[in-house]
Amino acid sequence: MTTTRRVGNTVVGILLVLVFLAPVYWMINVSLQSSDALLRTPPAWFPFDPTWSGYAEALRTQGSHLVTSLVIALGTVVFTLLVSAPAAYALARFRLRGTLALVLVVLLVQMVPGIVMANSLYPIFSGVGLLDSYPGMILADSTLTVPFAVLILRTFMSGVPGELIEAARVDGCGQWRTFGSVVLPVCRNAVITAGLFSFLFAWADFLFAVSFTTGNTIQPITVGIYRFVGNQTTNWNGVMATAVLASIPAAVLLLTAQRYVAAGITGGGVKE
Amino acid sequence: MTTNTRTTSGTSRPRHAHRKPGGHRERLAQWTFVLPMMLFLLLFFCYPVLRNLAMSFQEWTVASFYEGGSPFVGLDNYIALVTDPIFGRAVLNTALFTAGSLLFQFVIGLGLAVFFQRRFPLSGTLRGLMLLPWLLPLVVSGAVFRWIYDEGFGVLNQLLLGLHLISDPIPWLSSTQYALTSAIIANIWVGVPFNLVILHSGLQAVPASLYEAAALDGAGPWQRFRMITLPLLRPVIAIVLMLGLIYTLKVFDMIMILTGGGPANASETLTTWSFALSFEEFDFGQGAAVGNLLIVIALVFALLYLRSIRNTFSSQGERG
Repeated sequence: MTTTRRVGNTVVGILLVLVFLAPVYWMINVSLQSSDALLRTPPAWFPFDPTWSGYAEALRTQGSHLVTSLVIALGTVVFTLLVSAPAAYALARFRLRGTLALVLVVLLVQMVPGIVMANSLYPIFSGVGLLDSYPGMILADSTLTVPFAVLILRTFMSGVPGELIEAARVDGCGQWRTFGSVVLPVCRNAVITAGLFSFLFAWADFLFAVSFTTGNTIQPITVGIYRFVGNQTTNWNGVMATAVLASIPAAVLLLTAQRYVAAGITGGGVKE
Repeated sequence: MTTNTRTTSGTSRPRHAHRKPGGHRERLAQWTFVLPMMLFLLLFFCYPVLRNLAMSFQEWTVASFYEGGSPFVGLDNYIALVTDPIFGRAVLNTALFTAGSLLFQFVIGLGLAVFFQRRFPLSGTLRGLMLLPWLLPLVVSGAVFRWIYDEGFGVLNQLLLGLHLISDPIPWLSSTQYALTSAIIANIWVGVPFNLVILHSGLQAVPASLYEAAALDGAGPWQRFRMITLPLLRPVIAIVLMLGLIYTLKVFDMIMILTGGGPANASETLTTWSFALSFEEFDFGQGAAVGNLLIVIALVFALLYLRSIRNTFSSQGERG
């Protein structure tokens, strides 16, 4: 391929990205303009007179919701990894009876629509006092992350060289010791991928958040944005500033861990 | 090839088992690895799904939560649903939303995947940036599209007016005519990256030598795409459409934040309707019934998919 054609492809590629990411550009652009400026037509294509008032308002009204989401997302990561990593290792390595059936169950439960979970968990949570609580949100969000994490970790853990595990066993390590000091360090990348995606899933969850929190005690950021948009449709710079803040985890993930992201998307369901 | 690997693993398996007889304690230790997950699956999937089934045969009201009591009413909930005028609307909207989203996500995703198959400077970085919409919380994307679609000040109408493509602003979200289409377009944007990534990884597995051979035989780009890319990509295409279908059936966030299912149920799908029945009207029985309908639809398509991959495997076996 000639150099001109290669550069031509790059130009086309950049144009495609610009068009495709235009909504993201507008989110940032609007977040930096004042409410008044946004009520002019046509809208300014560039924030010539940038203001941080939108961000100030976002932090003032939505700051606590961001913290709530952070706590829920971190809790979900911890719970998910604690439950999924050992299970994934067992499904990948041990020849226990019914292992294959279990893998099939893990695949199948991913198909249960979230609305069914919300619908049936609500009376259950209401009965045991898990509504409007961090443990309730963490457990609910873990239904999104545990099956995914088990599948992706299992794929990687089947790839751990058997000799490594044998060696640890010969040295007298028990099953858990082998798992903790040999398998997990070798699978560090897979664990990071599963953890990052669990964080994102829990951070982005809206259905469980809007179903299981009333706003009295805790309110995740997704519900915060939903109510913000619903309440005042003229205050777009505050809404968009909140949207930008809520996008930070995704952006950080994309910039710092791109290879994990691609591995997560393709590995979650496809490697089966 | 397949038979080869099968015999190797077949011989190694018994040997492995003989070497490590693994007594009761060993077995027990192994089970402790899966036990937490099994408990979680039982408590947070099996129980809720069964509970949902039971709820669909019960009458639930606000009082059910305070005083208890949700009497068995047989098929009443299902009968009430089917006779509800919203039912047909929601089924049709779900079909349109799913089909429209899938078709365009797939076609655009495939086009981009083929484009990014070329080698050029920044190819990987640009492809990576394309993933952003998929990673953003749906509520964030929904809020952005809500502004884009805003009738008076949103950029879409201003752009179309400026280009003289329309003479009056279009009420994208507040008219029954456009609401569903607007939601579909926003959802397509969200789903393209997923199709792009999976199809692109599928394309990597197509040997370059095939293209070179076809080019030598005088096949043009379109012919190469039709005769090499598409047939070899078939299993990946099946997966991407299947997963896309399951995801799209349960889309909730996007519609909820854009239109809330309105105006006048114009963009109501089975998912948003189920939510409205349960969490707005507190009729959890009917909400559960709609949810069960969604499970059945997803299962039917999953079985169709399993059958299609079984056919692919068996036809490959015959050829080999």
